[in-house]
Amino acid sequence: MKKSPVSMTINGQPVEELVEPRTLLIHFLREQLNLTGAHIGCETSHCGACTIDLDGKSVKSCTIFTLQAEGAHIRTIEGMAAADGTLHALQEAFREKHGLQCGYCTPGMILRAWRLLQENPDPTDAEIRFGIAGNLCRCTGYQNIVAAIKHAAILMAGAQQKEAAE
Amino acid sequence: MISGSFAFYRPHTIAEAVAMLATHGDAARLVAGGHSLIPMMKLRMAMPDHLIDVGGIADLKGIKRDGSDWLIGALTTQAELIADQALAAGLPVLRETALQIADPQVRNCGTLGGNIANGDPGNDMPAVMLCLNARFEVTGPGGKRSIPARGFYHGAYVTSLAQDEIVTAVRIAALPPGSAAAYEKLKRKVGDYATAAAAVALGLQDGKINFCSIALTNLAPTPLWAEAAGQALIGRAPGAESFALAGRLAEEITDPSSDARGPAAYRTKMGGVMVRRALARAALAAKT
Repeated sequence: MKKSPVSMTINGQPVEELVEPRTLLIHFLREQLNLTGAHIGCETSHCGACTIDLDGKSVKSCTIFTLQAEGAHIRTIEGMAAADGTLHALQEAFREKHGLQCGYCTPGMILRAWRLLQENPDPTDAEIRFGIAGNLCRCTGYQNIVAAIKHAAILMAGAQQKEAAE
Repeated sequence: MISGSFAFYRPHTIAEAVAMLATHGDAARLVAGGHSLIPMMKLRMAMPDHLIDVGGIADLKGIKRDGSDWLIGALTTQAELIADQALAAGLPVLRETALQIADPQVRNCGTLGGNIANGDPGNDMPAVMLCLNARFEVTGPGGKRSIPARGFYHGAYVTSLAQDEIVTAVRIAALPPGSAAAYEKLKRKVGDYATAAAAVALGLQDGKINFCSIALTNLAPTPLWAEAAGQALIGRAPGAESFALAGRLAEEITDPSSDARGPAAYRTKMGGVMVRRALARAALAAKT
């Protein structure tokens, strides 16, 4: 099948590529752009390992054709840490609170948690659990993931206050 | 898992999309949120040669009032149904139902139009539409028509929608004063289809039920409108006895398959339980 042009913005960088129409967004990110942070877990839109942020929404990139994302603004785990390698507050919090073991689900968890905290900067435990219901972790039992997201919420609120004060 | 090959189109108007469907016939499929179709394409259970993405058609979006009716664009996502404050206040059962569908990421993609038009008996919105006597606004090459939800579903994945037609919006009349609706769903886990689920709407006047509509999800090859179960409650007092009667009558019309969600007899019984619970909740809401 003939390839089609597609353009989007990924982690602030404009991207223009040619893709086969059947190329899924997760395969485009991982195989064509070498952004291998988002993972392929179940590939059936259940596990959430492929979660990215697309036009301000968390989505599962295994269930979107690349051409459906034409013109989109996308953020992946590669866009979370600062250019100098300083971890994002969520990454720091996941490390601090042992929010990961094998790490396979973590990029999806962090992208989902980031959007959740944009929508609700001070969530309860129940709101976090409802908010990450589309992300499966087979190691942690979720306890420390919830703790990490709560901790990140505090770090992010603190950073915002500091910014405002400056 | 990689789907078969196809040509991809992104029309910007309903007319363009209808023309594409007319040109390509059975070899074409519409895709909106894609969370039913894309998994089917990966399994090669669906192999369209032409995929028409309606995601860029602005006329399919938005939640509006048309007189006292709600007019909800087919492209409205489950997340948008949940977030709409006017809808949450005026017809809260849609938000309540959408919150029980899948998970946040899937609700960001999955649309109301896809949920109702796909014809999957596991989808939750069709029973709500039967319960509320919704109408589906449809556009085809011959123009527009409006199909009552109660005549739309004929079998698993078989609906009244012609191959060259598009569902553009869902029209739902406001519930009369003194009435309320509820959706009760039994599922094994997040993201699962219902073991059994029930949508009910119920009105009260002078302490008696003056209006009642009941519909069921995933208990037959199509969603079911349990007309007799609803009718049986007219003139009765709301309460455990009435709700149990409706539950029993609703169970009688079910025809579920035995599957991983349980044996058929269990799923039928759970259908009755969902009816009772939904009626109790709707009656409480109708009173207040």
